[in-house]
Amino acid sequence: METKTGKSEKTIEKKHQDFLAADTDFEMRSLDAVCFNESELKHPWWYNFKYAFVGVLFGIVFVKAEIISWFRIQEMFKLQSFHMYGVIGSAVVVGVISVFIIRKFKIKTIYGEPIVFVTKNFNKGQVYGGLLFGLGWAITGACPGPLFAQIGTGATVIFITLLSAIAGTFVYGKFREKLPH
Amino acid sequence: MNLLELLKNPWPWYVAGPLIGLTVPTLLLIGNKTFGISSSLRHICAACLPTKIPYFSYDWKKEAWNLFFVAGIMLGGFIAAWLLQNPNPVAVNPGLVTELNQYGITDFNGMVPAQLFNWEVLFSVKGLLLMVGGGFLVGFGTRYAGGCTSGHSIMGLSNLQWPSLVATICFMAGGFIMANLILPFILKL
Repeated sequence: METKTGKSEKTIEKKHQDFLAADTDFEMRSLDAVCFNESELKHPWWYNFKYAFVGVLFGIVFVKAEIISWFRIQEMFKLQSFHMYGVIGSAVVVGVISVFIIRKFKIKTIYGEPIVFVTKNFNKGQVYGGLLFGLGWAITGACPGPLFAQIGTGATVIFITLLSAIAGTFVYGKFREKLPH
Repeated sequence: MNLLELLKNPWPWYVAGPLIGLTVPTLLLIGNKTFGISSSLRHICAACLPTKIPYFSYDWKKEAWNLFFVAGIMLGGFIAAWLLQNPNPVAVNPGLVTELNQYGITDFNGMVPAQLFNWEVLFSVKGLLLMVGGGFLVGFGTRYAGGCTSGHSIMGLSNLQWPSLVATICFMAGGFIMANLILPFILKL
């Protein structure tokens, strides 16, 4: 019985891997493998509200811990405060432990799908793009997430910054083949 | 001190950091989603701009969860700012206060300095550099790097991906260069 379960689990895993490999867009997307949909289940669109709910909680933490504060970001880059280092550092520690537990106990999603982690390949974009993003981060005091939260707090002009960020993404997409990677 | 008061005061890093870290397993467990925010900008391009660029030709509806997520972040920002508003001004490092005073920044309320980021300043050289230039660098840089603070620094490092460590080091290097060497000149404008 036990071996049977083990086998069927392997089959599911294999099926899921095949699904990921068969997704023709996957390789293209995995080049910048951040945040794409790895689930093969089809759900009604309103299932997405659970992610909006997580987003709301996340946005509240952003504001209340002043992570989206332009002043806190300046303090971080001028080594005038430990706050941001503490936030990012402890977030990473909790993340590492969580991923370790999920892997070790092969925990599945609430729908019973195996959780798959994506390996990131190195390319020079992480250096060039990383430096450019760093420059922008210190100017705006925001990475993409905080931009949304800053607008929410009533700083309406940041909508322009967001539009500009979308334009930046578009320009990258347009000239991607010509950029060194 | 009652609970509401406790919530209204700024949350310390050792509360906020672990909560952000928990987003990683939460998104994985409720639907196999890899934490990341900057991709939402790409999905917006794919959804809103009619284009044949291959980079934006994919089924963005499959990634709609990410757009719900960032819409939630915006709503969360609204809720926190209007219902859980901190009664006291943001406690800013005195050294930074002195420095910013030189550039005429005296208002330390709110998440962004209202004297720098507002609709009037937007139409000046300084405003264009800060808001339009800064935003462009954020959007271009994150996509070029394949992720932002959430996708690389939190999710990537949680998964022990060394390219994410490289990216994070470059984020910080860029930030140090801008905040210490370039931004003072922009603020002087």
